[in-house]
Amino acid sequence: MERQNSVQSTKTGRLFIILGFSCLLLSVTFGLTASLQYLAPQLFVDHLSFQKTRPLHVFLAINWLFACISGLVYIIIPRVANRQLFSGKMAIIHLVLHAATITIVVTGFFLGHFSGREYLEFPPWIVGIIIFYWLIFGVNFFKTLQPNLATAPVYIWMWCTGILFFIITMAEAQLWMLPYFNTNIIRDVTVQWKANGSMVGSWNMLIYGTAMYVMEQVTNDKTIGYNRKAFAFYFLGLTNLLFNWGHHTYIVPAHPAIKQIAYLISMTELLLLANIMLTWTAAFRKRPVAEFEITYSFLKTADVWVLINLILAIAISVPAINKYTHGTQITVAHAMGATIGINTLLLIGCVVFVIEKQLSTQAKKKMNLGLKTMHISLFFFWLSLLAAGVTRSSGIRNNLYFAEITERATPFLRVFSASGIFLVVGIVLVAATCIPAIWKFEIKA
Amino acid sequence: MKKIVLLLLLLLAYAVYSGWVYTVGVDCNSHMNGDALAGRKLWHEHNCQTCHQLYGLGGYMGPDLTTVTTDKTRGALYAKGILKAGGKRMPNFHFTNKNTDDIVAYLQYINDAKYGTAK
Repeated sequence: MERQNSVQSTKTGRLFIILGFSCLLLSVTFGLTASLQYLAPQLFVDHLSFQKTRPLHVFLAINWLFACISGLVYIIIPRVANRQLFSGKMAIIHLVLHAATITIVVTGFFLGHFSGREYLEFPPWIVGIIIFYWLIFGVNFFKTLQPNLATAPVYIWMWCTGILFFIITMAEAQLWMLPYFNTNIIRDVTVQWKANGSMVGSWNMLIYGTAMYVMEQVTNDKTIGYNRKAFAFYFLGLTNLLFNWGHHTYIVPAHPAIKQIAYLISMTELLLLANIMLTWTAAFRKRPVAEFEITYSFLKTADVWVLINLILAIAISVPAINKYTHGTQITVAHAMGATIGINTLLLIGCVVFVIEKQLSTQAKKKMNLGLKTMHISLFFFWLSLLAAGVTRSSGIRNNLYFAEITERATPFLRVFSASGIFLVVGIVLVAATCIPAIWKFEIKA
Repeated sequence: MKKIVLLLLLLLAYAVYSGWVYTVGVDCNSHMNGDALAGRKLWHEHNCQTCHQLYGLGGYMGPDLTTVTTDKTRGALYAKGILKAGGKRMPNFHFTNKNTDDIVAYLQYINDAKYGTAK
């Protein structure tokens, strides 16, 4: 029975990862379509307008992250716990409900059914199903791991935090359904930013925790998950998850203390930045064990985007700068840099960790080419968004008409779309190697 | 043990802070009336935030509409005109006059909340 559970856990994990890659491929397709609609708003306007492509892109991108991380956790957890998965059946129920939710929401968006809430445009009743399957996931996770937090490595703390806070923030994001929240726009917007901001922190905890476990394995450095600095940065990250969201609300006329607390907490990220700067060269000198070269490439090169995004995040958290950047594509640059440059690269790196020993030399070359294409195209993609954001900000300050601002930003939006095409090529190259390998992957007895 | 105590303290601080944010932190005198509520329903149904922002939440295909009803280059009549006829980037949703009035009432409420009615 235990052996059966272990095989079931890996099989479910593989299916989750394939579901995740399917979401990623669809997400970048809709994202590319949406970027072209910036240049040609009438493109597919009758059946697949921007009103549909953007929520499809965002919803599927978020589900890429969640499906892939769920799959990785199902594969990794029995190894970490040295114990079989608590329930293979619960894992299958989780998978079926997650896949069904994606299908229902995507169909609903195609048909034009929206709740109209930013990032969570699906009908509120869907949230009941999402929270239900996350509770199943949580029970399976805790029953399998039975973590003793006092002695657990930091990545177990991060997984626990991620699961707990995803459920809390997803529930919090639905408070708008109560009249106390939805008849007061200031309360509604503030709580929406609070829930969404912390939710991002929750999936970061899950992804960074997994990446840290994988890094421990590929470098054979068992101190990674236990040293004091790792825990110090975990608590710094948790503090930011809990209180940092307020930097999104500088323009909302809520209580000034919300902004002051957010500003103060945001500036603690300088400690993280200083640590990256100080340990940069030493980190790159550390070499992986030979069979995990590709895994290591994905994880280490994601650090470049951690650095770039951290600098941008700290800059736009300064009120004097935020005044000019908020509501512009600079915020999108930050979101894209984090989602693609950090989260996606880390997740792919963790997937490669699972399959790398079974990859042929040719497959590894294809992965390397895909990684390089992703980095170069993402860099131009990111720069073009910054340039479009600066143009928009300048136009707003000079009271230009929106059409004129858009006209001025058009050259940058062309670069944005063109680099988006290459970004899709890079992701397809990587996904085309990962999907068949994960499909064929077999657990070693 | 120290780590667990620190974790519990942070969680307690989060719970207290959340309660404060929900109440005192966002106390606001301005509440939506019937027309604005109807406008908000239309705003949600047509997924307007995918293109437009309110208080920084929303997409970038269209302009920010937080202060559209009173700012120098636009105003309520301009908003009504665009809602009725559409534009190069704005689809024509074939809104009725009542729909248009409701959405503008909602946007007016958003504008009023921005200027001075929040504590």
